Amino acid sequence: MLHATIRVRLGDLDLDIELRVGDGEVVALLGPNGAGKTTALRAIAGLQPLDGGRIELDGTVLDDPGTGAYVPTGDRPIGVVFQDYLLFPRQSTLDNVAFGLQARGRSKAAARAEARGWLERFGIADHADDKPAMLSGGQAQRVALARALATDPQLLLLDEPLAALDATTRLHVRTELRRHLATFDGARLLVTHDPLDAVVLADRLVIVEAGRITQEGAPAVVTSRPASPYVAQLVGINLLDATASGDRTVRLASGAELTVADPLPGPAVAVAIRPQAIALHRHRPDGSPRNTWSATVADLEADRDRVRVTLGGPVPATAELTPAAVAELELLSGTQVWASVKAVDLVAYER
Amino acid sequence: MVAIAYVAIPFAALLQRAPWSDLGALVGQPVVTDALRLSITTAFTATGISLVVGIPLAWVLARTQFPGRSVARALITLPMVLPPVVGGAALLFAFGRRGLLGGPVYDSTGFLLPYSIWGVVAANTFVALPFLVLTVESGLRGSDPRYEDAAATLGAGRWMIFRRITVPNAAPSIIAGAVLCWARALGEFGATVTFAGNLQGRTQTVPLAVFLALESDRDAAIALSLVLIAVSLAVLLPLRDRWLAA
Repeated sequence: MLHATIRVRLGDLDLDIELRVGDGEVVALLGPNGAGKTTALRAIAGLQPLDGGRIELDGTVLDDPGTGAYVPTGDRPIGVVFQDYLLFPRQSTLDNVAFGLQARGRSKAAARAEARGWLERFGIADHADDKPAMLSGGQAQRVALARALATDPQLLLLDEPLAALDATTRLHVRTELRRHLATFDGARLLVTHDPLDAVVLADRLVIVEAGRITQEGAPAVVTSRPASPYVAQLVGINLLDATASGDRTVRLASGAELTVADPLPGPAVAVAIRPQAIALHRHRPDGSPRNTWSATVADLEADRDRVRVTLGGPVPATAELTPAAVAELELLSGTQVWASVKAVDLVAYER
Repeated sequence: MVAIAYVAIPFAALLQRAPWSDLGALVGQPVVTDALRLSITTAFTATGISLVVGIPLAWVLARTQFPGRSVARALITLPMVLPPVVGGAALLFAFGRRGLLGGPVYDSTGFLLPYSIWGVVAANTFVALPFLVLTVESGLRGSDPRYEDAAATLGAGRWMIFRRITVPNAAPSIIAGAVLCWARALGEFGATVTFAGNLQGRTQTVPLAVFLALESDRDAAIALSLVLIAVSLAVLLPLRDRWLAA
């Protein structure tokens, strides 16, 4: 269990947040770039000194400027997966994973044997002798996870674990990461600027804006009841409960069926759709994409330079359009429209 | 083109004046072999010392913030811009028989740095160290310090991070710096002649021997110069594209 009160002043940043992450819990720190998310992570890892506050992990005080208590980075039982993974470029995959074990006193042979076990667990033993530059994004992430977990930490920190990947790999690796995160039973804290990553990976979201927490709660609560227009824009993701009705189709409570691009992870799933991914049309679109349904505009809400359109009908969802598109479609409350979304824009994950 | 010609013409002139027929005999003279052996050993020793003390200094300059850091960097650059003769004189005042540090050391142990082979090494190190420190420092600045953070989170201590992460990541700049340092040490003249003197077999390096021979035996001077050029090329050519470009 992590309990951290973090106060850091760094350049323009004035960070003051309190975080609790329970054992077995995945918490996502979500916010725009420059909000102080990475600084918070670095403070917990001991890479950024606190100006005030206190960091406590499983009853041990790691940092408390008030009393002078301080545990150096290397002695903290914390594994970190860095942004861009930061695999040591001149060492093999195996030596990357063995590094932490050697640093903690294992002999070279023992460390390598144990590291090989970790690579097998993550399905990358075939790449043990490869240099990191030869790995794909997904493989590199698995090595980074294996390296962070090999030292048997009580807390796992992940800084933008998916940011280094391109859009197509991201979809697969996100699902895979969720599965791997589930195998670790300590506390897990991840930092991301991508609400979809946060919603899919975390049990609880903590929204940080300009160094302050503006809202926290379960993804379904935060996305359905955002505390501010800003949070609404940031995490305005449609989350729909569904059951599997086929290998790649899900059925919603209304009975409507949607098709996803990848095989489903289990029988009970949640489907996440970005509001920007939903297209609206006045007439039924030609060549009908599979996920097309008839909807009624229930509400329109202008938010900065975007308009959020709440849709009633078989798929309760919010779409996000430009004001120009809203004008062109002549959308008003009560207007009948056709909504469509591509299968690749539906992210299904196990509930 | 002009630059190439300007560098090439003096070498061509040197080759044109070379006593090719007597070259074997000239190079075999004790004055030549002694000087060559001394030059090579002292240049390598000075490079070794520079690596040991220079890499940690470069790390401190590149990675830490402390008051007076810019003064420290200016100080380490000074031997590069100073006339080497001045450097040699400064070394004498510090480590000479009546020098600031040399005096007490001589009085208590009888050890004297100047006019010995260690004097040559000291003079070489003094002028060549900045080349290593500045090259490695810029290399370290270019390498991502977050790798060192990653190693720290894995439990590595400062020394393990330095040895396993910092040095390998900066390897190209360390090699380039070592080559520049070695080349500067090999060609060193002013500080050596001032601080270590010009004794054949003890402190007379190739550049000193060349200078002396120009007065008496011009052919021997040319032969020595050719030998020095050959040794330099033998070290620089294999490294040139791979490391010096980086």
